[in-house]
Amino acid sequence: MSLVLDNLKKSYREPGGGRIPVLNVSRFALQTAEQVALVGSSGGGKTTLLNVIAGITSPDSGRVVIDNVDVTALNEPSRDRFRALKIGFVFQTFNLLPAFSALENVLLGMCFSGKGSDSHRATDLLTRVGLGHRLHHRPPQLSVGEQQRVAVARALANHPSLLLADEPTASVDIANQNTILDLIRDACNENNVSLLLVTHSPDVAARFGRIEKLSDFNQP
Amino acid sequence: MNLVTIALKSIKQRLLSSSLTALSVALGVMLMVAVLVINGVVSDLFSQPSFGFNLVVGPKGSDLSLALSAIYRLDRPGEPLPYLFYKELKEHRAVEKAVPIAIGDVTEQGAFPIIGTIPEFFDLDYAYNKPFRVRGEFLRTPWDAVIGSRVATTNGWNIGSEFKLIHGGAESDHVHDEKFKVVGVLRPTGTPNDRSVFVSLAGFWAISGHEKPLKEAIDRLEKFRYPVPQSLRDKAEKPHKAHDAHAGHDHEHDHELLDEQKEVTSIFVRTKSTIGAIALAGEVNEDVRAMAVNPIFPMKRLMTMIVDNIRLMLLTLTSLIIVVSAVSIFVSIYNSMADRRREIGIMRALGARRETVFTIILAESALLCLGGGVIGLLLGHGLVAVASPIIETRSGILVNPLAFEPLELILFPVLLMLGSLIGFLPGLAAYRTDVAAALSE
Repeated sequence: MSLVLDNLKKSYREPGGGRIPVLNVSRFALQTAEQVALVGSSGGGKTTLLNVIAGITSPDSGRVVIDNVDVTALNEPSRDRFRALKIGFVFQTFNLLPAFSALENVLLGMCFSGKGSDSHRATDLLTRVGLGHRLHHRPPQLSVGEQQRVAVARALANHPSLLLADEPTASVDIANQNTILDLIRDACNENNVSLLLVTHSPDVAARFGRIEKLSDFNQP
Repeated sequence: MNLVTIALKSIKQRLLSSSLTALSVALGVMLMVAVLVINGVVSDLFSQPSFGFNLVVGPKGSDLSLALSAIYRLDRPGEPLPYLFYKELKEHRAVEKAVPIAIGDVTEQGAFPIIGTIPEFFDLDYAYNKPFRVRGEFLRTPWDAVIGSRVATTNGWNIGSEFKLIHGGAESDHVHDEKFKVVGVLRPTGTPNDRSVFVSLAGFWAISGHEKPLKEAIDRLEKFRYPVPQSLRDKAEKPHKAHDAHAGHDHEHDHELLDEQKEVTSIFVRTKSTIGAIALAGEVNEDVRAMAVNPIFPMKRLMTMIVDNIRLMLLTLTSLIIVVSAVSIFVSIYNSMADRRREIGIMRALGARRETVFTIILAESALLCLGGGVIGLLLGHGLVAVASPIIETRSGILVNPLAFEPLELILFPVLLMLGSLIGFLPGLAAYRTDVAAALSE
């Protein structure tokens, strides 16, 4: 089992002092190398769920278990290290650092894992996503589709067991949408990585064998 | 890829503001280095533990003025001493070596000070354990001259060059007819000797107008309580034909100067022992017409009273400039933190720990400070290189732009600490960044 969410609850404090519940997931599981499309309405808690899974946000209660490790039981530095080593993140807005080249953006992901930077692997990953000739270009010098490919290469840099993708195709055109999607799915297949992809697009979701509606298992 | 590389990238990303803030540190460091180097050279010059002699004997007056004129050639000499005084001093039981010097004239070209002396002058080390080295020869005949290295380069003189003297200093227009010939060029010493011209004392005295008129010489001898033979008084009463016909002679002319007519401006003395120096100084200083001083003491006083205070003032001023520059780095980095929240959020999402982003910000400010420091160090020595000819012209002090002050080394740990200090608050802001909020911006 790659990912298990167990009795997960998360709420935010209101300015008036009350709390707004956002997540209440009794049970959710993802098998190793399984690919799931998570569909939900805007403001439904998708991003919060991904942040909780990644250990960026702490839940109020419940457990997040990844590769048999209870992430919620780890202290913050351990969670950071676990995230660097086990979780790849692809964001809707790519979140590349503009001062760094494509290669350096991928190396940056490796840098925080504590395993050191591997230029060969970074180059190989970028070549595999079709950017072998754009290694030293900075994000502003790349097209939107190319930037997202760099983000995919960066997410896979540390051999993660789980890849979280938050609306990865929302900022690209239709032509690039399919390319990016294929790239992510193929890369996860090749590397035996579980994929949890959040989307609001029915077309994107339709390409997955397993589609989960957030509202079906999240009752805040 | 490491944290320093990441910090450098961040600096590069805001190149203009980073460069300007580093430049402000560089300017502060430049001024501080220039002050340190120039001060170091001046301190070394004025506080040498040994000049190769331990007493300077000269006319009664200011000990500082005597040291400045005899050793540093920065002041006019006082009233001369009779040559007989030198002869008497030379025979003193405590004296190992006594070397007379006569100063006051300058070269016609370049206005370098002339030192009339004897060949034994060059037996005295110019600094502790540093003997004079010469290309060519030291003084042999009355019209020989040995020139300092700076004189050679400035005037383009070499062995065989001939020159004339201006009587009484650069502002005088009385050029002596006699010519001296360069027989030796001193190796650089980093002392006032580099910009001095040494001529044979015999030649110096032989220059017309340098001999004391007999009547004045007798008065001087009487003041110094030397017995004046009646034959000399008789001679003084007779007309002095040789002196009357002043113009048009050359240095082949023999003035037949009597010892009573000769005078020196000061005497360098090396005593056989330190106690001997104290005893001799005591004896000489009892005399109302002459004094003996260890040049270390007046120079140390000068350093403590004036130079040290000026240094302290300048160092305080330059320190303040560096602190102000550091504050500008702080403002620059702190202001950039709002724009960098997302950047920090991304790093944290990629697994960077709070301490890691804190360290990156700290490294950034430290690099800006250190980078500014290195540039400032180079600029500081460059400034000294530009200023040294001006300083030399104005004060006669030779400043080597490559002279290194040990205090310069302390600058870097201090800058590193300063960088860490000013990076602390922005680093703390990075440390406290809410990753989820930063990513959603």
